[in-house]
Amino acid sequence: MIELVNLKKKFDDRWVTDGVNLKIPSGKMTCIIGRSGEGKSVLLKQIIGLIEPTSGKILVDGQDIIAMNEHDRREHLEKFGYVFQFAALLDSLNVFENIGIKLLENGQSIKDVLPIVKKSLELVNLTENNLYKFPSELSGGMKKRVGLARTLVTNPQVILYDEPTTGLDPITSRVIHELMYNTQKKFGLTSVVITHDVKIFDYADKVALLNDGIIKFFGDASTIWESDNPYIHQFIRGLADGPIQTEKPTSRDAY
Amino acid sequence: MSIGVIRRMISNFFEFVGRSVINTCNAAGAFVIFFARIFITLFSTKLKISKLLTQMVQIGSSSMAVVALTGASSGMALALQSYIGFRRIGGEHMIGAIVALGMIRELGPVLTGLMVTGRAGSAITAEIGTMQITEQIDALRTLRINIFQYLMVPRVLASIIVMPLLALFTMLCGIIGGYIVCVYTLGLSPEDYQSAIRGYVEMSDIYGGMFKASIFGLILTWVGTYKGYGTHGGARGVGESTTKSVVMSSIMVLVSNYFITKILENL
Repeated sequence: MIELVNLKKKFDDRWVTDGVNLKIPSGKMTCIIGRSGEGKSVLLKQIIGLIEPTSGKILVDGQDIIAMNEHDRREHLEKFGYVFQFAALLDSLNVFENIGIKLLENGQSIKDVLPIVKKSLELVNLTENNLYKFPSELSGGMKKRVGLARTLVTNPQVILYDEPTTGLDPITSRVIHELMYNTQKKFGLTSVVITHDVKIFDYADKVALLNDGIIKFFGDASTIWESDNPYIHQFIRGLADGPIQTEKPTSRDAY
Repeated sequence: MSIGVIRRMISNFFEFVGRSVINTCNAAGAFVIFFARIFITLFSTKLKISKLLTQMVQIGSSSMAVVALTGASSGMALALQSYIGFRRIGGEHMIGAIVALGMIRELGPVLTGLMVTGRAGSAITAEIGTMQITEQIDALRTLRINIFQYLMVPRVLASIIVMPLLALFTMLCGIIGGYIVCVYTLGLSPEDYQSAIRGYVEMSDIYGGMFKASIFGLILTWVGTYKGYGTHGGARGVGESTTKSVVMSSIMVLVSNYFITKILENL
């Protein structure tokens, strides 16, 4: 299980995450929703170690990874994978090299890596025809799938998704959601998804809402539409009135 | 003006000076630490030969045309200028030596450093800067790939190796350019040109010029990778980093040139 304890992050004089407390259950899909610029990406990047928290704890199986030294933290974070909002594929490498990069950099031969990459492509429903294409030749949905394949090759136990369906059409979004769901079920992964897309509730187990730097709701996705939590009620219905301020400028995620 | 206003102005002034000093020290420290990380990574991780070779080809091949042109035109101008001056004292037969020594000891390495900074150094900053703003570097970090081993070390090492060769090529182009001007434009004897070079140019001059070029190669890739890695603010940020990288590298090449020359003279 991943547990965030009073997690805070300050940029200049602004608190982006301001005391996040959240228990992310193992083997389940937890989605974190919230307004644009609320700090969801910053929260996710603190978990994966891309951003150093200002204070607080990140417990992974009971151990605080922030308090660890660099070496031990790296070892713990080996279990984590991250799928970026725009896939973050390396422009200079083709699909095969992008997916297999971790294995190739570890010294494995192309001959050994090729079958692993092909299997990974199959998992994300991409054909081998795409193996030697470059990212500029792929559609948005294909890039995201290659990004997911790249993560799966590292055999993670936890996958963090940063807005996986942003910019995609409804059909491709459904394909991506189903892929995430099937992958999570097949491998028993812990998935954490930050998103605005309410369709995720059909696939997720748990939902958390981030507002003003803290978690204002945490509950089951299956009963989200019946929730009487005022924050959830306003957010998922896109209402102007409610406890979530709509006029306040937020740029937490700009960091 | 009241005492309070004057006090505030003085306080603001000292605050500004203090903050500037602190910021400068922070920036200088970060720059040096960045180099230390490259150095440590070079000796603590396995070198990826294929990446090194790729970078050597990219830096070398992309710069050859520009250093050839720079070398040739500088040699020609140097020959012409030397002729104008030496003709007054009857020293035309020394022009070969002047052109050769000028190209080998100074112009070759320095012009190569400046041209490769503009050509390859800016490309390195732009490439790494773009990777930074499009989260590609973050992706490498999430895959636990050593960024310094993957991106920085191959570029720095490649530049240190290739720059002396490029400088040698510049020197050669300059000497040939000077020969063309001297023999075909100024009507000087080819034998005089060549014998002057043979008589006054020593191997230590060439080694010194190549050593300088190697240091310049280190500088331009150190600055280029540092500025690229520190890029933020989208496409505009990439443009700013690239500009700053070229300016900073150029200044460091010119300033360090004096100190390297001084050290070589004392050896």
